[in-house]
Amino acid sequence: MVLKTMVGFGRGLALVTLAVTNLVMLAVSAVVLVLCFGLGMIFLFPATVRMVRGRARQARQIAGAWSGVEIDAPYSPAPPPPQPQRDGWYREGRQLYRTSLVPSFNRTWNWMTKDPATWRDFAWLLAEPPVGGLLAASPLIMVGCGVALVRVWQPVEVLAGVVLAIAGVLVAPRIARVHGLWTRLLLAPTKKARLANEVRHLTQVHTEAVDSQAAELRRIERDLHDGAQARLVAIGMTLGAAEELVDSDPTAAKALIAKVREASAASLIELRQLVRGIHPPVLAERGLGDAVRALALDSPLKVTVSVELPVRPEAPVESAAYFVITELLANASRHGDARNVAVDISHRRSALRVTVTDDGHGGADPSRGSGLRGIERRLSAFDGVLALNSPPGGPTVATVELPRAFPADAVRRSTLPVWKQRLLAVCWGLFWLPLFPQGLAAMFSKIFGSDVRSWFLALYLPEPFQWPVILGMIALGVAMVSFAVMTTKQMKEREGSCV
Amino acid sequence: MRVVLAEDLYLLRDGLVRLLQAHGFEIVAAVESGPELLRALLDERPEVAVVDVRLPPTFTDEGLQAALTARRAIPGLPVLVLSQHVEQLYARELLADGTGGVGYLLKDRVFNSGQFVDAVRRVASGGTAMDPDVIAKLLASNARHEPLGKLTPREREVLELMAEGRSNAAIAQRLYLSESAVSKHTANIFAKLDLAVSDDDNRRVLAVLTYLNGTRG
Repeated sequence: MVLKTMVGFGRGLALVTLAVTNLVMLAVSAVVLVLCFGLGMIFLFPATVRMVRGRARQARQIAGAWSGVEIDAPYSPAPPPPQPQRDGWYREGRQLYRTSLVPSFNRTWNWMTKDPATWRDFAWLLAEPPVGGLLAASPLIMVGCGVALVRVWQPVEVLAGVVLAIAGVLVAPRIARVHGLWTRLLLAPTKKARLANEVRHLTQVHTEAVDSQAAELRRIERDLHDGAQARLVAIGMTLGAAEELVDSDPTAAKALIAKVREASAASLIELRQLVRGIHPPVLAERGLGDAVRALALDSPLKVTVSVELPVRPEAPVESAAYFVITELLANASRHGDARNVAVDISHRRSALRVTVTDDGHGGADPSRGSGLRGIERRLSAFDGVLALNSPPGGPTVATVELPRAFPADAVRRSTLPVWKQRLLAVCWGLFWLPLFPQGLAAMFSKIFGSDVRSWFLALYLPEPFQWPVILGMIALGVAMVSFAVMTTKQMKEREGSCV
Repeated sequence: MRVVLAEDLYLLRDGLVRLLQAHGFEIVAAVESGPELLRALLDERPEVAVVDVRLPPTFTDEGLQAALTARRAIPGLPVLVLSQHVEQLYARELLADGTGGVGYLLKDRVFNSGQFVDAVRRVASGGTAMDPDVIAKLLASNARHEPLGKLTPREREVLELMAEGRSNAAIAQRLYLSESAVSKHTANIFAKLDLAVSDDDNRRVLAVLTYLNGTRG
């Protein structure tokens, strides 16, 4: 408690100090902005923005570390550097430049000025000293004022001073959080920025998915064209020749037919391999668990597989997970020099989770291994993530999580039992009946002594039962509607966390 | 010999019927879906069944499941399973009850009608017929296993053929050896793998397959 309070005061003091440094930056920024937009010295602008962003980043980190208020960076991603044309010049709009200096400055300028986050940063820089600084200093000020009041030594002032000082002490541990919330107000991405980022991410994922699909189709086309198709042509030709020879030279015809049989067997083998690459037959026939078991049997490593899945995941996810596991197993034997591998397939709500643990020598690095990059690309189409923990010396643990892996209705069914669904429907459909006519309407009718009894059940009963029945009806109606609202909310939350 | 046949592609079913009839088999039922197959197996109790793994209505492993169910009801019911691809996993499931009378071949093997018919007869008589691809995969995944490394190349060849389910006579013919040489190799193999020798061909094959399957967890 004491420690927490002390830490609170310390942090408040530190935040105040930082807020004061804002004043310096604010002065610099003001000068730069005047120089920029007044005198056209725009080359000063990017450096200033970078400085302010640095300070804002620090404030976000402090908010996250001290108060648990996580604030994402709101900026749009930096533009790519300009690429020279084939003649070595740089084109920017309708102008050509000899070096990349001006076009790259233009891009940076546009990127910074058109991003609302830049201007929100400046606004925060301006508002932080008076608002954030005062907030952070408030416990100290309260205690200080309290002490000053006590020293006046008048009964009322002493009381007020003690209260103020105690309030200051109580507020101190919480002030970092309040300050964090204030920081979030201006430094967090706006809804628009968030959506823009999401759209950018989805566009990228979409492009990658389409690209890899197209590449896959091209590969299949090439394989079929060079393989099975060519072989079938050869088979047809050889059969034609055999047909010619069958009367004049039966032995030669027989030899040709034997060759045809060989060629057809070879094309079958080729097609089988191709099919395995597109969609492994065991996966189609048995699902992910048995497909991975089959994979484990064929692997030279000792692979143990444990599978715990309520239903089969959606086909595309299943296929992605299968190929990812294939790649991880291959990596384990190729690079990791592993002997034993454990594959664990489970689910968490609607997400599919795969853990591959091997006893190899570790040291795998996603930024270097192209195989791991491929896995990440394959996963990104499904919003999946790969977490790799591979210290040098091993063991390597690769965890893959694919959200939304199971059919939506299967998960919903498993989260809400049938009887509850029926009860929910009854509650939503009939709650008005006890609540309004039988409850409230009957109550008003009774209060105002109206003669109209209509179909209000309670009013037909003997006097002593009337009030209990009316109140009971209202209570029943309220209970029904609150159950319905709560359950629906819960259901939505669960779905929300699945989706 | 009474045969039940299950294959969903008409051309292939027709071809198999012709092929088997030409070799003196009697086709008592030629069906095209999983439920039909199970009914035929249980009602007709054929001397051997030739079954495609993937059948309607689900086009998953319908045929294999029907065959396994029927074998649970009628232990030792001879079943030869055909597939476009072979998996160790399925071979294990077929061999799991240890009663023999099972076969598991790629569809390509039908091309060589002599060998295919031979395999059908072998399965019908309670033997096994495993596809060379299955055996190759089995041996490859056992590659790190110590005793297998001690076999000479010739012994390995004999082991492969034996695991496919062939008799000593057939192995001798294949490898151009005398039958006594083959039985000497077999004795060596069994000694090196520490298996009990058995005179019965079928039981011998099962012992080898169980050994190969059992060395991996």
